[in-house]
Amino acid sequence: MHALAAADEPPNPWFSLQFARENTSAIMTALQEHVLLTVVAVLLACLVAFPLAVLAARRPRLAGPVLGISGVIYTIPSLALFAILAPFTGASKTTVLIGLVLYALLVLVRNTLVGLRAVPDEVRDAARGMGYGPRQMLWRVEVPVALPTIMVGVRVATVSTVALVTVGVIVGYGGLGQLLLAGFQNNFYRAEIMTATVLTVALALFLDLLLLLITRWLTPWTRRSAS
Amino acid sequence: MNADGGVVTDTVRWFNDPLNWQGPDGVWHLTAVHLWITFAAVLLAAVVSLPLGVWMGHRSRGGGIVVVIANLSRAVPTLALLTLFAVANLGFGNRPTILALAVFAVPPLLANAYIGVAEVDRDAKDAARGMGMSGMQVLRVVELPLAVPLIAAGLRTAVVQVCATASLAALVAGGGLGVLINLGFSQRRFEQVLAGGLLIALLCLVLEGLLALLQRAVTPEAFRRSSAS
Repeated sequence: MHALAAADEPPNPWFSLQFARENTSAIMTALQEHVLLTVVAVLLACLVAFPLAVLAARRPRLAGPVLGISGVIYTIPSLALFAILAPFTGASKTTVLIGLVLYALLVLVRNTLVGLRAVPDEVRDAARGMGYGPRQMLWRVEVPVALPTIMVGVRVATVSTVALVTVGVIVGYGGLGQLLLAGFQNNFYRAEIMTATVLTVALALFLDLLLLLITRWLTPWTRRSAS
Repeated sequence: MNADGGVVTDTVRWFNDPLNWQGPDGVWHLTAVHLWITFAAVLLAAVVSLPLGVWMGHRSRGGGIVVVIANLSRAVPTLALLTLFAVANLGFGNRPTILALAVFAVPPLLANAYIGVAEVDRDAKDAARGMGMSGMQVLRVVELPLAVPLIAAGLRTAVVQVCATASLAALVAGGGLGVLINLGFSQRRFEQVLAGGLLIALLCLVLEGLLALLQRAVTPEAFRRSSAS
Protein backbone atom coordinates (compact mmCIF):
# COMPACT_ATOMS: atom_id res chain seq x y z
CA MET A 1 0.00 0.00 0.00
CA HIS A 2 2.74 2.39 1.01
CA ALA A 3 4.88 1.44 -1.95
CA LEU A 4 1.95 2.10 -4.27
CA ALA A 5 1.37 5.56 -2.86
CA ALA A 6 5.04 6.37 -3.27
CA ALA A 7 4.97 5.22 -6.88
CA ASP A 8 1.90 7.34 -7.57
CA GLU A 9 3.55 10.47 -6.26
CA PRO A 10 7.18 10.81 -7.22
CA PRO A 11 9.17 13.26 -5.10
CA ASN A 12 8.65 16.80 -6.36
CA PRO A 13 11.09 19.05 -4.52
CA TRP A 14 11.27 22.83 -5.03
CA PHE A 15 15.03 22.71 -5.39
CA SER A 16 17.05 19.91 -6.93
CA LEU A 17 20.78 19.97 -7.61
CA GLN A 18 20.43 16.71 -9.46
CA PHE A 19 18.08 18.34 -11.95
CA ALA A 20 20.53 21.18 -12.52
CA ARG A 21 23.40 18.73 -13.06
CA GLU A 22 21.53 16.47 -15.44
CA ASN A 23 20.12 19.31 -17.55
CA THR A 24 23.04 21.72 -17.57
CA SER A 25 23.22 22.00 -21.34
CA ALA A 26 19.48 22.69 -21.75
CA ILE A 27 19.58 25.30 -18.98
CA MET A 28 22.63 26.98 -20.48
CA THR A 29 21.01 27.10 -23.94
CA ALA A 30 17.88 28.74 -22.48
CA LEU A 31 20.02 31.20 -20.50
CA GLN A 32 22.05 32.12 -23.59
CA GLU A 33 18.89 32.71 -25.61
CA HIS A 34 17.54 34.84 -22.76
CA VAL A 35 20.66 37.00 -22.55
CA LEU A 36 20.87 37.40 -26.33
CA LEU A 37 17.21 38.43 -26.68
CA THR A 38 17.52 40.90 -23.80
CA VAL A 39 20.74 42.54 -24.98
CA VAL A 40 19.69 42.83 -28.64
CA ALA A 41 16.24 44.17 -27.67
CA VAL A 42 17.61 46.83 -25.30
CA LEU A 43 20.30 47.90 -27.81
CA LEU A 44 17.76 48.21 -30.64
CA ALA A 45 15.36 50.10 -28.34
CA CYS A 46 18.18 52.53 -27.42
CA LEU A 47 18.95 53.11 -31.10
CA VAL A 48 15.29 53.97 -31.78
CA ALA A 49 14.58 55.84 -28.55
CA PHE A 50 17.56 58.21 -28.58
CA PRO A 51 16.79 60.06 -31.84
CA LEU A 52 13.09 60.16 -30.87
CA ALA A 53 13.92 61.76 -27.51
CA VAL A 54 16.33 64.28 -29.10
CA LEU A 55 13.66 65.18 -31.65
CA ALA A 56 11.04 65.59 -28.90
CA ALA A 57 13.43 67.74 -26.86
CA ARG A 58 14.16 70.01 -29.84
CA ARG A 59 10.54 70.22 -31.01
CA PRO A 60 8.35 70.39 -27.88
CA ARG A 61 5.21 70.01 -29.96
CA LEU A 62 6.31 66.48 -30.91
CA ALA A 63 6.92 65.47 -27.29
CA GLY A 64 3.21 64.91 -26.54
CA PRO A 65 2.51 62.54 -29.47
CA VAL A 66 5.79 60.62 -29.04
CA LEU A 67 5.15 60.00 -25.34
CA GLY A 68 1.44 59.36 -25.96
CA ILE A 69 1.99 56.68 -28.60
CA SER A 70 4.65 54.84 -26.63
CA GLY A 71 2.38 55.10 -23.56
CA VAL A 72 -0.48 53.40 -25.41
CA ILE A 73 1.86 50.61 -26.57
CA TYR A 74 2.94 50.17 -22.95
CA THR A 75 -0.66 49.58 -21.85
CA ILE A 76 -1.13 46.71 -24.30
CA PRO A 77 -0.40 43.39 -22.54
CA SER A 78 2.71 41.55 -23.71
CA LEU A 79 0.78 38.40 -24.63
CA ALA A 80 -1.68 40.45 -26.70
CA LEU A 81 1.17 42.26 -28.46
CA PHE A 82 2.87 38.99 -29.41
CA ALA A 83 -0.52 37.68 -30.54
CA ILE A 84 -1.16 40.72 -32.73
CA LEU A 85 2.32 40.50 -34.29
CA ALA A 86 2.53 36.73 -34.74
CA PRO A 87 0.09 36.31 -37.67
CA PHE A 88 2.16 38.81 -39.68
CA THR A 89 5.75 38.06 -38.67
CA GLY A 90 5.26 34.37 -37.94
CA ALA A 91 6.21 32.45 -34.80
CA SER A 92 9.81 33.62 -34.88
CA LYS A 93 12.51 35.36 -32.89
CA THR A 94 11.69 38.54 -34.84
CA THR A 95 8.20 38.64 -33.31
CA VAL A 96 9.60 38.41 -29.79
CA LEU A 97 12.23 41.05 -30.55
CA ILE A 98 9.73 43.55 -31.98
CA GLY A 99 7.53 43.14 -28.91
CA LEU A 100 10.44 43.58 -26.48
CA VAL A 101 11.74 46.68 -28.30
CA LEU A 102 8.29 48.30 -28.32
CA TYR A 103 7.99 47.80 -24.56
CA ALA A 104 11.44 49.17 -23.75
CA LEU A 105 10.78 52.29 -25.84
CA LEU A 106 8.55 54.21 -23.43
CA VAL A 107 10.93 54.03 -20.47
CA LEU A 108 13.94 54.94 -22.60
CA VAL A 109 12.29 57.84 -24.45
CA ARG A 110 10.80 59.27 -21.24
CA ASN A 111 14.03 59.17 -19.25
CA THR A 112 16.17 60.51 -22.10
CA LEU A 113 13.70 63.36 -22.63
CA VAL A 114 13.60 64.21 -18.92
CA GLY A 115 17.40 64.15 -18.80
CA LEU A 116 17.82 66.39 -21.85
CA ARG A 117 15.21 68.85 -20.58
CA ALA A 118 16.94 69.13 -17.21
CA VAL A 119 20.15 70.55 -18.72
CA PRO A 120 20.41 74.06 -17.19
CA ASP A 121 20.04 76.97 -19.61
CA GLU A 122 23.24 78.58 -18.26
CA VAL A 123 25.19 75.51 -19.31
CA ARG A 124 23.71 75.72 -22.81
CA ASP A 125 24.45 79.45 -22.99
CA ALA A 126 28.04 78.93 -21.90
CA ALA A 127 28.54 76.23 -24.54
CA ARG A 128 26.96 78.44 -27.20
CA GLY A 129 29.29 81.27 -26.12
CA MET A 130 32.22 78.94 -26.68
CA GLY A 131 31.06 78.52 -30.26
CA TYR A 132 29.49 75.02 -30.03
CA GLY A 133 27.18 74.08 -32.87
CA PRO A 134 23.99 72.04 -32.29
CA ARG A 135 25.78 68.73 -32.82
CA GLN A 136 28.71 69.52 -30.53
CA MET A 137 26.24 70.87 -27.98
CA LEU A 138 24.35 67.56 -28.02
CA TRP A 139 27.33 65.22 -27.72
CA ARG A 140 29.69 67.27 -25.55
CA VAL A 141 27.25 69.04 -23.24
CA GLU A 142 23.66 67.77 -23.24
CA VAL A 143 24.26 64.02 -23.39
CA PRO A 144 26.96 63.97 -20.67
CA VAL A 145 24.78 66.07 -18.33
CA ALA A 146 21.73 63.91 -19.02
CA LEU A 147 23.65 60.61 -18.86
CA PRO A 148 22.76 59.62 -15.26
CA THR A 149 19.02 60.01 -15.99
CA ILE A 150 19.37 58.20 -19.33
CA MET A 151 21.18 55.30 -17.67
CA VAL A 152 18.44 54.94 -15.05
CA GLY A 153 16.05 54.44 -17.98
CA VAL A 154 18.36 51.85 -19.55
CA ARG A 155 18.51 49.95 -16.25
CA VAL A 156 14.73 49.90 -15.80
CA ALA A 157 14.25 48.86 -19.43
CA THR A 158 16.81 46.04 -19.09
CA VAL A 159 15.34 44.61 -15.91
CA SER A 160 11.78 44.62 -17.25
CA THR A 161 12.95 43.16 -20.57
CA VAL A 162 14.56 40.22 -18.76
CA ALA A 163 11.20 39.55 -17.11
CA LEU A 164 9.29 39.97 -20.37
CA VAL A 165 11.41 37.59 -22.44
CA THR A 166 9.72 34.68 -20.65
CA VAL A 167 6.38 35.60 -22.25
CA GLY A 168 7.98 34.98 -25.66
CA VAL A 169 7.39 31.30 -24.88
CA ILE A 170 3.98 31.66 -26.58
CA VAL A 171 5.71 32.01 -29.97
CA GLY A 172 8.43 29.53 -29.04
CA TYR A 173 11.34 31.82 -28.13
CA GLY A 174 11.13 32.55 -24.41
CA GLY A 175 14.63 31.79 -23.14
CA LEU A 176 14.21 30.65 -19.56
CA GLY A 177 10.43 30.92 -20.07
CA GLN A 178 10.75 27.68 -22.02
CA LEU A 179 11.87 25.92 -18.83
CA LEU A 180 9.01 27.51 -16.84
CA LEU A 181 6.37 26.20 -19.19
CA ALA A 182 8.09 22.87 -19.74
CA GLY A 183 8.10 22.34 -15.97
CA PHE A 184 4.42 23.24 -15.78
CA GLN A 185 3.46 20.91 -18.60
CA ASN A 186 5.82 18.18 -17.40
CA ASN A 187 3.54 17.13 -14.55
CA PHE A 188 4.18 20.33 -12.53
CA TYR A 189 7.89 19.65 -12.11
CA ARG A 190 8.81 22.19 -9.44
CA ALA A 191 12.63 22.03 -9.60
CA GLU A 192 12.59 23.02 -13.28
CA ILE A 193 10.27 25.99 -12.64
CA MET A 194 12.22 27.12 -9.60
CA THR A 195 15.57 26.89 -11.41
CA ALA A 196 14.24 29.04 -14.26
CA THR A 197 12.74 31.58 -11.85
CA VAL A 198 15.88 31.95 -9.78
CA LEU A 199 18.04 32.26 -12.90
CA THR A 200 15.76 34.93 -14.40
CA VAL A 201 15.77 37.06 -11.25
CA ALA A 202 19.54 36.57 -10.86
CA LEU A 203 20.09 37.61 -14.48
CA ALA A 204 17.98 40.75 -13.99
CA LEU A 205 19.89 41.73 -10.83
CA PHE A 206 23.25 40.95 -12.46
CA LEU A 207 22.55 43.11 -15.54
CA ASP A 208 21.25 45.90 -13.28
CA LEU A 209 24.47 45.85 -11.25
CA LEU A 210 26.58 45.75 -14.41
CA LEU A 211 24.80 48.82 -15.79
CA LEU A 212 25.20 50.59 -12.44
CA LEU A 213 28.96 50.03 -12.62
CA ILE A 214 29.06 51.20 -16.24
CA THR A 215 27.16 54.36 -15.24
CA ARG A 216 29.67 55.11 -12.48
CA TRP A 217 32.55 54.53 -14.88
CA LEU A 218 30.99 56.79 -17.53
CA THR A 219 30.17 59.63 -15.12
CA PRO A 220 33.10 60.01 -12.70
CA TRP A 221 32.07 63.60 -11.91
CA THR A 222 28.80 62.60 -10.22
CA ARG A 223 30.67 60.83 -7.42
CA ARG A 224 32.54 63.95 -6.43
CA SER A 225 29.39 66.05 -6.11
CA ALA A 226 27.53 63.33 -4.24
CA SER A 227 30.08 62.98 -1.46
CA MET B 1 -0.60 30.20 -43.35
CA ASN B 2 -0.88 33.15 -45.67
CA ALA B 3 0.22 36.15 -43.66
CA ASP B 4 -0.93 39.19 -45.58
CA GLY B 5 -4.57 40.10 -46.01
CA GLY B 6 -5.81 36.58 -45.38
CA VAL B 7 -5.45 36.75 -41.63
CA VAL B 8 -7.12 40.14 -41.40
CA THR B 9 -10.09 38.97 -43.49
CA ASP B 10 -10.32 35.80 -41.40
CA THR B 11 -10.22 37.87 -38.21
CA VAL B 12 -13.08 40.07 -39.38
CA ARG B 13 -15.04 36.89 -40.14
CA TRP B 14 -14.15 35.54 -36.67
CA PHE B 15 -15.55 38.66 -35.02
CA ASN B 16 -18.74 38.38 -37.10
CA ASP B 17 -19.37 34.78 -36.09
CA PRO B 18 -21.93 34.83 -33.25
CA LEU B 19 -20.71 31.40 -32.13
CA ASN B 20 -17.42 32.99 -31.02
CA TRP B 21 -19.26 35.30 -28.65
CA GLN B 22 -21.53 32.80 -26.89
CA GLY B 23 -21.00 29.92 -24.52
CA PRO B 24 -18.35 29.17 -21.91
CA ASP B 25 -15.50 29.79 -24.40
CA GLY B 26 -17.16 32.84 -25.91
CA VAL B 27 -15.90 36.40 -25.78
CA TRP B 28 -18.53 37.63 -23.31
CA HIS B 29 -17.87 34.92 -20.76
CA LEU B 30 -14.08 35.17 -21.09
CA THR B 31 -14.25 38.95 -20.67
CA ALA B 32 -16.34 38.52 -17.53
CA VAL B 33 -13.81 36.02 -16.12
CA HIS B 34 -10.95 38.35 -17.05
CA LEU B 35 -12.56 41.28 -15.25
CA TRP B 36 -13.45 39.13 -12.23
CA ILE B 37 -9.84 37.90 -11.91
CA THR B 38 -8.60 41.49 -12.18
CA PHE B 39 -11.11 42.79 -9.66
CA ALA B 40 -10.46 40.02 -7.13
CA ALA B 41 -6.67 40.37 -7.38
CA VAL B 42 -6.69 44.16 -6.99
CA LEU B 43 -9.20 43.98 -4.12
CA LEU B 44 -7.07 41.41 -2.32
CA ALA B 45 -3.92 43.51 -2.80
CA ALA B 46 -5.71 46.72 -1.76
CA VAL B 47 -7.06 45.19 1.46
CA VAL B 48 -3.51 44.31 2.48
CA SER B 49 -1.42 47.17 1.11
CA LEU B 50 -3.58 50.30 1.47
CA PRO B 51 -3.92 50.23 5.28
CA LEU B 52 -0.26 49.22 5.57
CA GLY B 53 0.92 52.01 3.23
CA VAL B 54 -1.26 54.63 4.93
CA TRP B 55 -0.06 53.57 8.37
CA MET B 56 3.60 53.57 7.32
CA GLY B 57 3.16 56.96 5.68
CA HIS B 58 1.47 58.33 8.80
CA ARG B 59 4.39 57.16 10.90
CA SER B 60 6.87 58.17 8.15
CA ARG B 61 8.57 54.82 8.55
CA GLY B 62 9.50 51.96 6.26
CA GLY B 63 10.14 53.98 3.10
CA GLY B 64 13.21 51.87 2.36
CA ILE B 65 11.17 48.65 2.38
CA VAL B 66 8.66 50.14 -0.07
CA VAL B 67 11.45 51.00 -2.53
CA VAL B 68 12.98 47.51 -2.24
CA ILE B 69 9.62 45.81 -2.83
CA ALA B 70 8.88 48.03 -5.83
CA ASN B 71 12.28 47.39 -7.40
CA LEU B 72 12.30 43.66 -6.77
CA SER B 73 8.82 43.21 -8.23
CA ARG B 74 10.13 44.52 -11.55
CA ALA B 75 12.76 41.78 -11.74
CA VAL B 76 10.47 38.83 -10.97
CA PRO B 77 8.90 37.62 -14.22
CA THR B 78 5.11 37.46 -14.02
CA LEU B 79 5.01 34.15 -15.82
CA ALA B 80 7.40 32.66 -13.26
CA LEU B 81 5.23 33.76 -10.34
CA LEU B 82 2.07 32.50 -12.06
CA THR B 83 3.71 29.13 -12.71
CA LEU B 84 5.06 28.89 -9.16
CA PHE B 85 1.67 29.61 -7.62
CA ALA B 86 -0.02 27.21 -10.01
CA VAL B 87 2.19 24.29 -8.92
CA ALA B 88 2.13 25.18 -5.20
CA ASN B 89 -1.03 23.23 -4.34
CA LEU B 90 -3.17 26.31 -3.75
CA GLY B 91 -6.28 24.63 -5.00
CA PHE B 92 -7.95 24.57 -8.39
CA GLY B 93 -9.31 27.05 -10.86
CA ASN B 94 -8.34 30.68 -10.83
CA ARG B 95 -7.31 30.92 -7.18
CA PRO B 96 -3.52 30.63 -7.75
CA THR B 97 -3.79 33.14 -10.60
CA ILE B 98 -5.60 35.68 -8.42
CA LEU B 99 -3.02 35.28 -5.64
CA ALA B 100 -0.06 35.69 -8.02
CA LEU B 101 -1.62 38.75 -9.65
CA ALA B 102 -2.36 40.26 -6.22
CA VAL B 103 1.37 40.06 -5.45
CA PHE B 104 2.02 42.15 -8.55
CA ALA B 105 -0.62 44.74 -7.59
CA VAL B 106 0.93 45.36 -4.15
CA PRO B 107 3.94 47.57 -5.13
CA PRO B 108 2.05 50.38 -6.93
CA LEU B 109 -0.69 50.42 -4.27
CA LEU B 110 1.71 50.34 -1.34
CA ALA B 111 4.16 52.86 -2.77
CA ASN B 112 1.51 55.41 -3.72
CA ALA B 113 -0.38 55.11 -0.43
CA TYR B 114 2.88 55.54 1.47
CA ILE B 115 4.14 58.50 -0.57
CA GLY B 116 0.68 60.11 -0.67
CA VAL B 117 0.36 60.20 3.12
CA ALA B 118 4.03 60.75 3.96
CA GLU B 119 4.42 63.73 1.63
CA VAL B 120 1.46 65.72 2.92
CA ASP B 121 2.70 69.23 3.71
CA ARG B 122 4.41 69.32 7.11
CA ASP B 123 2.82 72.71 7.89
CA ALA B 124 -0.68 71.35 7.32
CA LYS B 125 -0.01 68.50 9.75
CA ASP B 126 1.48 70.86 12.34
CA ALA B 127 -1.49 73.22 12.02
CA ALA B 128 -3.90 70.33 12.60
CA ARG B 129 -1.85 69.22 15.61
CA GLY B 130 -1.91 72.79 16.94
CA MET B 131 -5.69 72.81 16.71
CA GLY B 132 -5.65 69.94 19.18
CA MET B 133 -6.35 67.03 16.81
CA SER B 134 -5.25 63.55 17.80
CA GLY B 135 -3.07 61.41 15.53
CA MET B 136 -6.11 59.57 14.17
CA GLN B 137 -7.95 62.82 13.52
CA VAL B 138 -4.98 64.28 11.64
CA LEU B 139 -4.92 61.12 9.53
CA ARG B 140 -8.67 61.18 8.82
CA VAL B 141 -9.25 64.92 8.34
CA VAL B 142 -5.96 66.12 6.83
CA GLU B 143 -3.69 63.38 5.52
CA LEU B 144 -6.13 60.95 3.86
CA PRO B 145 -8.10 63.54 1.84
CA LEU B 146 -4.87 65.07 0.57
CA ALA B 147 -3.48 61.63 -0.32
CA VAL B 148 -6.55 60.47 -2.28
CA PRO B 149 -5.29 61.62 -5.72
CA LEU B 150 -2.04 59.68 -5.38
CA ILE B 151 -3.80 56.61 -3.98
CA ALA B 152 -6.17 56.76 -6.96
CA ALA B 153 -3.19 56.94 -9.32
CA GLY B 154 -1.72 53.83 -7.67
CA LEU B 155 -5.04 52.02 -7.99
CA ARG B 156 -5.18 52.88 -11.68
CA THR B 157 -1.66 51.56 -12.28
CA ALA B 158 -2.47 48.38 -10.36
CA VAL B 159 -5.75 47.69 -12.19
CA VAL B 160 -4.29 48.22 -15.67
CA GLN B 161 -1.18 46.19 -14.83
CA VAL B 162 -3.21 43.30 -13.42
CA CYS B 163 -5.69 43.35 -16.32
CA ALA B 164 -2.77 43.19 -18.75
CA THR B 165 -1.02 40.42 -16.82
CA ALA B 166 -4.21 38.38 -16.35
CA SER B 167 -3.93 37.36 -20.01
CA LEU B 168 -0.90 35.25 -19.03
CA ALA B 169 -3.10 33.13 -16.78
CA ALA B 170 -4.17 31.09 -19.81
CA LEU B 171 -0.60 29.76 -20.14
CA VAL B 172 -0.97 28.05 -16.76
CA ALA B 173 -4.48 26.69 -17.29
CA GLY B 174 -6.31 29.75 -15.95
CA GLY B 175 -9.22 31.58 -17.55
CA GLY B 176 -9.77 34.98 -19.12
CA LEU B 177 -9.26 36.36 -22.61
CA GLY B 178 -5.74 34.90 -22.85
CA VAL B 179 -7.47 31.55 -23.47
CA LEU B 180 -8.32 32.71 -27.00
CA ILE B 181 -4.66 33.40 -27.79
CA ASN B 182 -3.41 30.20 -26.18
CA LEU B 183 -5.96 27.99 -27.96
CA GLY B 184 -5.39 29.85 -31.20
CA PHE B 185 -1.66 29.20 -31.09
CA SER B 186 -1.99 25.51 -30.24
CA GLN B 187 -4.59 24.97 -33.01
CA ARG B 188 -2.68 27.24 -35.42
CA ARG B 189 -5.79 29.38 -35.93
CA PHE B 190 -4.08 32.72 -36.31
CA GLU B 191 -7.27 34.69 -36.89
CA GLN B 192 -8.29 33.76 -33.34
CA VAL B 193 -4.82 34.69 -32.02
CA LEU B 194 -5.15 38.12 -33.62
CA ALA B 195 -8.74 38.52 -32.39
CA GLY B 196 -7.71 37.64 -28.83
CA GLY B 197 -4.80 40.06 -28.92
CA LEU B 198 -7.01 42.88 -30.17
CA LEU B 199 -9.71 42.16 -27.57
CA ILE B 200 -7.24 42.18 -24.66
CA ALA B 201 -5.54 45.35 -25.90
CA LEU B 202 -8.93 47.03 -26.29
CA LEU B 203 -10.08 45.97 -22.81
CA CYS B 204 -6.91 47.35 -21.21
CA LEU B 205 -7.11 50.64 -23.10
CA VAL B 206 -10.80 51.11 -22.19
CA LEU B 207 -10.07 50.33 -18.54
CA GLU B 208 -7.11 52.74 -18.58
CA GLY B 209 -9.31 55.49 -20.05
CA LEU B 210 -12.14 54.99 -17.54
CA LEU B 211 -9.75 54.98 -14.58
CA ALA B 212 -7.96 58.08 -15.88
CA LEU B 213 -11.33 59.87 -15.81
CA LEU B 214 -11.98 58.58 -12.28
CA GLN B 215 -8.54 59.71 -11.12
CA ARG B 216 -9.19 63.15 -12.60
CA ALA B 217 -12.54 63.34 -10.83
CA VAL B 218 -11.05 62.69 -7.37
CA THR B 219 -8.09 65.04 -7.91
CA PRO B 220 -8.81 68.54 -6.59
CA GLU B 221 -8.59 71.17 -9.33
CA ALA B 222 -5.55 72.87 -7.82
CA PHE B 223 -3.46 69.67 -8.09
CA ARG B 224 -4.42 68.72 -11.62
CA ARG B 225 -1.79 70.68 -13.47
CA SER B 226 1.13 69.47 -11.34
CA SER B 227 0.09 65.81 -11.47
CA ALA B 228 -0.32 65.88 -15.24
CA SER B 229 3.30 66.69 -15.92
